[in-house]
Amino acid sequence: MKNIIDQIKVVEGSLNSAVPEGRIQDVWDNHRFNMKLVNPANKRKFNVIVVGSGLAGGAAAATMGELGYNVQCFFYQDSARRAHSVAAQGGINAAKNYQNDGDSIFRLFYDTVKGGDYRSREANVYRLAQVSNNIIDQCVAQGVPFAREYGGALDNRSFGGAQVSRTFYARGQTGQQLLLGAYQALSRQAAAGSVKLYPRTEMLDLIVINGQARGIVTRNMVTGEIKSYLADAVVLATGGYGNLYYLSTNAMGCNVTASWRAYKRGAFFANPCYVQIHPTCIPPAGEHQSKLTLMSESLRNDGRIWVPRNPNDTRKANDIPEAERYYYLEEKYPSFGNLVPRDVASRNAKTVVDEGHGVGELKNGVYLDFAESIGRLGAHIIKERYGNLFDMYTSITGEDPYKVPMRIYPAIHYTMGGTWVDYNLQTTIPGLFSIGEANFSDHGANRLGASALMQGLADGYFVIPYTMGNYLAQAKSEKVDTNHPAVREAEAGVNERMKKLLSINGKRSVSSFHRELGRVIWDNVGMARTDAGLRTALKRIPEIRAEFWENVRVPGSADDLNQSLEMAGRVVDFLEFGEVMALDALHRAESCGGHFREESQTEEGEALRDDENFAYTAAWEYAGEGKMPILNKEPLTFEYVKLTQRSYK
Amino acid sequence: MKLTLRVWRQKNSNTQGQLEDHQLDDVSPDSSFLEMIDDLNEKLTNEGKEPIAFDHDCREGICGMCSLVVNGVAHGQDRELIKAVTICQLHMRNFHGGETIVLEPWRAKGFPILKDLIVDRGAFDRIIQAGGFISVGTGSAPDANASPIPKKNADIAMDAAACIGCGACVAACPNASAMLFTSAKMGNLNHLPQGQTERYQRVVNMVTQMDKEGFGACTNMGECEAVCPKEINLDFIAQMNKDLITAALKGIGPTV
Ligand SMILES: Cc1cc2nc3c(=O)[nH]c(=O)nc-3n(C[C@H](O)[C@H](O)[C@H](O)COP(=O)(O)OP(=O)(O)OC[C@H]3O[C@@H](n4cnc5c(N)ncnc54)[C@H](O)[C@@H]3O)c2cc1C
Ligand code: FES
Repeated sequence: MKNIIDQIKVVEGSLNSAVPEGRIQDVWDNHRFNMKLVNPANKRKFNVIVVGSGLAGGAAAATMGELGYNVQCFFYQDSARRAHSVAAQGGINAAKNYQNDGDSIFRLFYDTVKGGDYRSREANVYRLAQVSNNIIDQCVAQGVPFAREYGGALDNRSFGGAQVSRTFYARGQTGQQLLLGAYQALSRQAAAGSVKLYPRTEMLDLIVINGQARGIVTRNMVTGEIKSYLADAVVLATGGYGNLYYLSTNAMGCNVTASWRAYKRGAFFANPCYVQIHPTCIPPAGEHQSKLTLMSESLRNDGRIWVPRNPNDTRKANDIPEAERYYYLEEKYPSFGNLVPRDVASRNAKTVVDEGHGVGELKNGVYLDFAESIGRLGAHIIKERYGNLFDMYTSITGEDPYKVPMRIYPAIHYTMGGTWVDYNLQTTIPGLFSIGEANFSDHGANRLGASALMQGLADGYFVIPYTMGNYLAQAKSEKVDTNHPAVREAEAGVNERMKKLLSINGKRSVSSFHRELGRVIWDNVGMARTDAGLRTALKRIPEIRAEFWENVRVPGSADDLNQSLEMAGRVVDFLEFGEVMALDALHRAESCGGHFREESQTEEGEALRDDENFAYTAAWEYAGEGKMPILNKEPLTFEYVKLTQRSYK
Repeated sequence: MKLTLRVWRQKNSNTQGQLEDHQLDDVSPDSSFLEMIDDLNEKLTNEGKEPIAFDHDCREGICGMCSLVVNGVAHGQDRELIKAVTICQLHMRNFHGGETIVLEPWRAKGFPILKDLIVDRGAFDRIIQAGGFISVGTGSAPDANASPIPKKNADIAMDAAACIGCGACVAACPNASAMLFTSAKMGNLNHLPQGQTERYQRVVNMVTQMDKEGFGACTNMGECEAVCPKEINLDFIAQMNKDLITAALKGIGPTV
């Protein structure tokens, strides 16, 4: 175990990012001109599968349908409108500079590369900033009711510590409104017959023929039917893997299955250890807790974060005198105070809770106190700003934040890692593309607030429709049908897995394993990671996995609506994926963005990057069952944004 | 606390269903309603029985997936509650120990039961497909600030657009009418300049599809508004009816 890192096989020079030559400002325009086009009359002869109907998948399927391709769109919810993008609250960035406060494409690009702690690919990020403006135009034209000023112009706010106001929003429901825009565009294509929708249909494997992605194996979640669909290309838009942690702000069904199955068929998985933790979530209330709820970050604008100085203090919050309160962020970071970036706020909360200062019955949170701002501004102003959030908090906890401080604690919120893609968003399997949160591309080691919605829509509306055409125009793929041995093999694998899961008939439920796995990951591959902790995780995960395959109980049958079976399939993949994630975190002995290694910090306790040794993307390659994955390195160079160490002191 | 759950069990859409009683001995008042069902399912699994199938996903009141009639009320909210919620947002502290809670699926002709508490809401998707969109292709949009929209209109459009498509309105309506859902989409699009071009064709097509799906007529009972977790206003139904009359006067017929 000791030299596990030495056992990793490292390959350099194997990844071609396919970034065209030229000035970063011109690369995308030139590339669009150089890409091959599909003759309009031929487009309908091409079948494209899109897995996922969130911002990324919904936008991609609608746009490619509009262009004339034959699109099939799969998702596990009962309607495309329910993909987890729907839950995003805060907003979406764009470089419009409507507020005339000095924003520009270059500034958005710069902020994103810097915010990602220099672990993203410059050319991709620049393109993202470039198309951000088209997104807002598109969404307004679709009827997305963004917030407006009295003069009728679009309103903006500043978000997540940005120095410019570039965030567009629709009340606290920006994700919902953007998703409905994409869903309506998708519905229009469904009505026109260019897109066929497959609700309650889960992708369980990828079909690769002659090295090209040619289709997927699915399970109809109502009838249990296992069926393959073939196509000329496959797009994964299946979202993030935050549910690996069991407790997260993700929806209950979010999973890594599609990406993981693709990994096992040859699509490299990049930077799995980069995850984002959101500092302001409601702490778990007990063992029954099934998911965590995010409270908007904007609360930190008016709330003060503190814990009792004395860990043994049992008094109620309001009875603790000022002098005995520890406003740890304000003390440690006098200039940013409660508004330090997400990861800094999260880590500090963990530190004080670990030291025993935690509040609430389970001592698992910190206070976010509005008493001072209510005193200064009046309760009515606070109500105007945060009324909905306060109501939500009350309905979940039974406590009234106008009278007692809120309790908050960090939770897993977003995953920057994902399937490795090149500039065209193509994975290491030709014909397989990955977009949205499912890929690793634009956020490096840390994502800026309001940039995930932007990336999902950029990929879906404005990148994949072009790069897909370029692929299809050149891919020479043979004609295949569902009798092809590769299809049969994939289907048999899926059927066998189902059968096995149902036949174990052990003593423990699927969710008990998921919870156990999540706990190990949270404790060891969470907010702060150590060499020893990661080795513990690498030891524990295979043990849990082994017990799972011996002792899980999955009731019901395969040819029926069976939610336990659905969940079991997802947990199986988490149990494998978690190990690669821990390995990635172990090998990356530096801290960067959301990946904090305690061994690598500055004297002030800030994340310390090691650019000399780790300025690369780690793309893991499946090497076979039971074998250690192979590490492929894509070196990262920074020509436009100078490498600097972050500091929020 | 101790609770008795009286739950609708039905194998699939071709079989009859029935209510089944289950006991829970130790429900935490801090757990959410759905976590309480998780608990019961864990117990059923451990006893070698089949857990109860129910729809859910985000568990924070925004995806519209959860859909339970609790003690006869869609999303179970006729209690001393502060605000409209989905069932996934309701917490057990709103219930008392010893209570019997009856759990049923949405019941409406337009929403066939698939299993236990899960129904098929595909009809809602087809209503949107009939015209609940603005026909604009990707890439052809003018600058977002090219046409100013009065804040008031944008706000009303947002009030309507807040609909999560859960179907509680249909489940609550004695006629199983889908007017609140359908009119909310029009309330969203019709308050914006972009939505004007297709306005009358939209109303005719969406209402036609709504009728085809087997949803009933609206007789102004207001039950839908009372259970709507997003507090969508009945006014949108009135506006839709007005548009329907205008469309008829213009001689616009359905194209779906
Ligand atoms: C609570 C919350 C708040 C957020 N707030 C913000 C914000 O304010 N601003 C911001 O920019 N970002 C925010 N984010 C992040 C952002 O919402 C997501 O990163 C983004 O919406 C992901 O979009 P997506 O299209 O990639 O995936 P998703 O929207 O998650 O869609 C995934 C799709 O894939 C389908 N799918 C998954 N697995 C399978 C399978 N095996 N088979 C078939 N289908 C499958 C699902 O059915 C779904 O349709 C927030 C996230 C959360 C959780
Ligand atoms: S589960 Fe999403 S609204 Fe209830």
